[in-house]
Order: sequence, then structure tokens, then C-alpha cells
Amino acid sequence: MSRETALVTADWVEQHLDDPKVVIVEVDEDTTAYDKGHIRGAIKLDWTTDLQDQVRRDAVNKDQFAALLSERGVGNEDTVVLYGGNNNWFAAYAYWYFKLYGHQDVKLLDGGRKKWELDSRELVDEVPTREQTTFTAQDQDTDIRAFRDEVVEAIGVKNLIDVRSPDEYAGRLLAPAHLPQEQAQRAGHIPTAGNVPWSKAANDDGTFKSDEELKELYTQAGVDWGKDTIAYCRIGERSSHTWFVLHELLGEQSTKNYDGSWTEYGSLIGVPIVLGDEPGTAS
Amino acid sequence: MCGATTGGVSLEGVDVTKESVIQGVVTRGEQPVGNAYVRLLDRTGEFTAEVPTSVTGQFRFFAAPGEWTLRTLAPRADVVDRRVVAQQGSIAEVNVSI
Repeated sequence: MSRETALVTADWVEQHLDDPKVVIVEVDEDTTAYDKGHIRGAIKLDWTTDLQDQVRRDAVNKDQFAALLSERGVGNEDTVVLYGGNNNWFAAYAYWYFKLYGHQDVKLLDGGRKKWELDSRELVDEVPTREQTTFTAQDQDTDIRAFRDEVVEAIGVKNLIDVRSPDEYAGRLLAPAHLPQEQAQRAGHIPTAGNVPWSKAANDDGTFKSDEELKELYTQAGVDWGKDTIAYCRIGERSSHTWFVLHELLGEQSTKNYDGSWTEYGSLIGVPIVLGDEPGTAS
Repeated sequence: MCGATTGGVSLEGVDVTKESVIQGVVTRGEQPVGNAYVRLLDRTGEFTAEVPTSVTGQFRFFAAPGEWTLRTLAPRADVVDRRVVAQQGSIAEVNVSI
């Protein structure tokens, strides 16, 4: 993967608004954002109901994902372009989902909804209707998904990148600062994890920094490019943003997203946790 | 807006005594700006959170006690930075003019 295949500009999207093979999809943390106006022709995915199993705490499974996209009118031959608020956090999470289930022709709108709005580009209220398809999902590609046991074994062995804000990393906050802080689990970070906040990979307008800047960012943070990498955050959406940078923009194929992230790790009994601004040691 | 406190939407259901709230309104002249983005930067200038303003121009963060900077981005406006100190159990009101 590369920037040319994984990312499109707002101009590109405007030029493809009427392209029948391009499906534009909005995914927001604020699930009502779409209803306040969206890119013409865009459909909506709701991460809380469409992309989370409603009983188990897990991603939707292959059959659920296939049924969802079929019902929304997304076909296996379509080019899917994702965008959303919060600098594309949840759009990147959905992007990771499409890759997880084997849909290769998927792209992110650089800058997401924010860049689109700051450019004063058109947003509409009309909700499009798309004919049902028969979308076929592949088995989960676990080369891009990390689970908790693998994360514990990765301490001191693989690159662990905590992409939350410095205050969440250090244990001074338990959640992003636009959310109430009440949580059940412990604060802190996984021992040996470096802190590279997702936001360092993006400009103020939400677009991604250049490949050279991104490579330098993670190199300076101590990432060993010869090792496998696991990115995590609180619930796996900001780390999808960093996974996108490493796996899709920089082509680091041995990069996984730990979608259980801190809400799972910080609730586990007996696992090591480090408080404060330093990564800590593996012992 | 039902239940609104000055400068913010309802905090019903939130235990404000545990939170360090920063909130306010973004305005252009007398008009609230409903399509702005407010970023919360920590004491080192590092990004911590970002919210779009509501249709009434309002924003809110649940921060930690300490010094913060609010950076406001809006269409056809220069970036505006405002310093603010948050304290647990109180609401820091910051109104931003662009």
C-alpha cells in the first residue's frame, strides 16, 4: 500500500461524486454528524451499532459485516471512500474493518469531514438510496489484528505504540478529554510502549503529514523498523489511524491494531502497568 | 436549550465535582459559529482532544486540572489560541471570537 492507493484528496472526491463505482461512506464518533449534513451521495455507518457486535464485546463477524454492506448497497467491486469527524479516527477504524474482511479497494479522504468543512465544500441533507448487493466478506485477516495475549507477549519484544494523548499515557486521564472521565479500569500504559499520539501524524486540518515527516516521527520515538509493531489506544479507533499511517502510508506490513486497547488491557487482572511519562521496562 | 448552563449544553448526568470542565461558545460578531473546531492542547502544546462546535457554537472538554490552550479553527477565519486554567469541580468558561 501507499499514499497513492490509500488516500484521496477532497478534490478527487468532488470529481467522483457521480461515479457509480465509488461509494462514499461517513463514519463518525458523533453518530448524529451525518444527519447534520454529509457529502452528496454518502451513506452512513454507525460504529456503535453497525461495527460492534450488539451482544458480545467484539467486532462484528464476517457474516454480520457481509450482511451490513449488502444491505447498504456496497459491492465487492466498488471503490469505498471513507471519511469522518475527529480527524478520521472512526473512518480509519472502518477502513481497518474493510481490510480485516478482505475488501482491498478502500481509501480515506485526507482530512476527513473537518477539512471538507473548513474548505466550505458542499454538504447535503438528502439520504441516498442504494440497491442491495451481495457482498462477500473474507475470513478475518489476523495479520492486522492483535489480541490481548499477543500484546502481553510483545512487552519488551515488539514495538508497542500507545497513540493516546500524553496525559492518558501517563495515567493522568482515563479517556480523551472531550469525554467524561468515569471508567472502571486502571490508568497508565503497557510497559515498554512508546507514546506517539496519533495527532502527531496529522496536520491541524486533519490531513496526514508527509511520508518523510511520518517516518521521522516514529524513528525519533524509538520505533525499531526491523521489529513487528502493535498500536493501541483506548478503544481501537485512534490506533486505527496510526495503523493506517504505518501499514498503509508507510507500507510497514508487520503492523497490527490492538482494538481491545486500553479498555481491555487496563481491566485485565495481573498484567503489568506503568504510570508516568516513561515507557518503563519489561521486567 | 433545555437545561443549559451559561455557555454550555446540559451537564445532566455528569458528576461535575469529579470533572475539570472547560467550555464556551465560538462567535463571529454576535453570531454563534456552528461549524468551527476547537482543539484542546496540553501545557506542552500537545494535542489532547478536539470537538466540533454545536449549532449554537458551543463546545466542552472534560480536562484535568492545570493549564490548557484552546485552538479554534473555522472556515474563512484565522486560527485563534486562548489559554485557560481548569480546576476540578469547577467550570472554566472561555468565549472565543473569530
